[in-house]
Amino acid sequence: MPVLTDVSFRLAPGQGLVLRGANGIGKTTLLRTVAGLQPPLSGRVEGAGERAGYASHADGIKPALTVTETLQFWADLYRSDLSEEVFDLFDLTDLRDRPAGTLSAGQGRRLGLARLAVISREVLLLDEPTVSLDAFSVKRFATFLRDHHLARGGIAVIATHIDLGLDLPEMDLTPYRAAPEARGGSDEAFL
Amino acid sequence: MRALLSRDLRLAVRAGGGFGLGLAFFLIVVVLVPFGVGPETAILARIAPGILWVAALLAALLSLDRIFALDHEDGSLPLLATAPLPLEMLALAKALAHWITTGLPLVVAAPLLGILLHLPGTAMPWLLVSLALGTPALSLIGTFGAALTVGLRRGGLLLSLIVLPLYVPVLIFGAEAARRGAEGLPATTPLLLLAGIGLGCAALLPFATAAALRVTLR
Repeated sequence: MPVLTDVSFRLAPGQGLVLRGANGIGKTTLLRTVAGLQPPLSGRVEGAGERAGYASHADGIKPALTVTETLQFWADLYRSDLSEEVFDLFDLTDLRDRPAGTLSAGQGRRLGLARLAVISREVLLLDEPTVSLDAFSVKRFATFLRDHHLARGGIAVIATHIDLGLDLPEMDLTPYRAAPEARGGSDEAFL
Repeated sequence: MRALLSRDLRLAVRAGGGFGLGLAFFLIVVVLVPFGVGPETAILARIAPGILWVAALLAALLSLDRIFALDHEDGSLPLLATAPLPLEMLALAKALAHWITTGLPLVVAAPLLGILLHLPGTAMPWLLVSLALGTPALSLIGTFGAALTVGLRRGGLLLSLIVLPLYVPVLIFGAEAARRGAEGLPATTPLLLLAGIGLGCAALLPFATAAALRVTLR
């Protein structure tokens, strides 16, 4: 069942793109497709694949692991190094030995976002990265994106409802919405 | 792959990880049998290989739904799927972690419980070898079933229905090897078949598990 049609964009190193649109328009679907979690019905995604790092609204945090263990796991999995800088960037220095299960929602989100700095992928696909973050943390995250990712030639596609203050180009998905007949009638929806 | 394996093992032994649950279940089932069938040593010794194998199989089944369900609930699964680790290796790491936390303790504990069931001493090595060869196949088949049912409501029940019939060959040859060992007959043939099943599972099922995950992740 198509959700979006004729979506097309191309990003050069150092460029970011903010996806806009009402709830349910297909921002998550688009990001998951670019990340390779589901195949596009037609068309193609180039250049993401192996270079992409994906972050969904769930952080995938294990309550029994500490903050350091969590980040070290992702570093090992992506064969990268866990630098001290990451703890500073996301204000996790005081929390490093805390079990992730005892973190507040905002702290957990910061840990989830710190994963993005650890895995050091060129293309970041971010689905609502700022949910449950306070204004201060949003600013920190925006700084990370601008100074540590985009400034170093990274690419970011971000689905968000808030203004990150990064002055990135925006794409509204509303015009690309698949026509109702292409979505299938109500009979087909249950097949 | 080593990173994922060590994470899963660490999670299993920490609080709430469920390590030892399968082993405790195995223990209780085997201890219950003499209460059910009576304490005659002749009868117990005769049914011991079968009982130990069925109990081991049920104990392995008990923790299968946790293999992917926890990672699915907290959103780790899509993050792991987009990591540089191929899904096939992810499947293998998950099966290995399940075997180390569930299958291996069963293998180690089985001879001890064999004594409770009056299993003759000559059968112990055969029981040990048959379980050591058979339980990895149980974990691999179970991981495949878990991948098929992840994200489904009441998936645990469906998982048992899918996995138990697939366990039948392992059970037949495993229990047969242990029985022949107990009666002093040559047990090489069932052991070879058991090893063949195990190797076949290890070679093919990670690919099937990865394919199932690709579908369930959509």
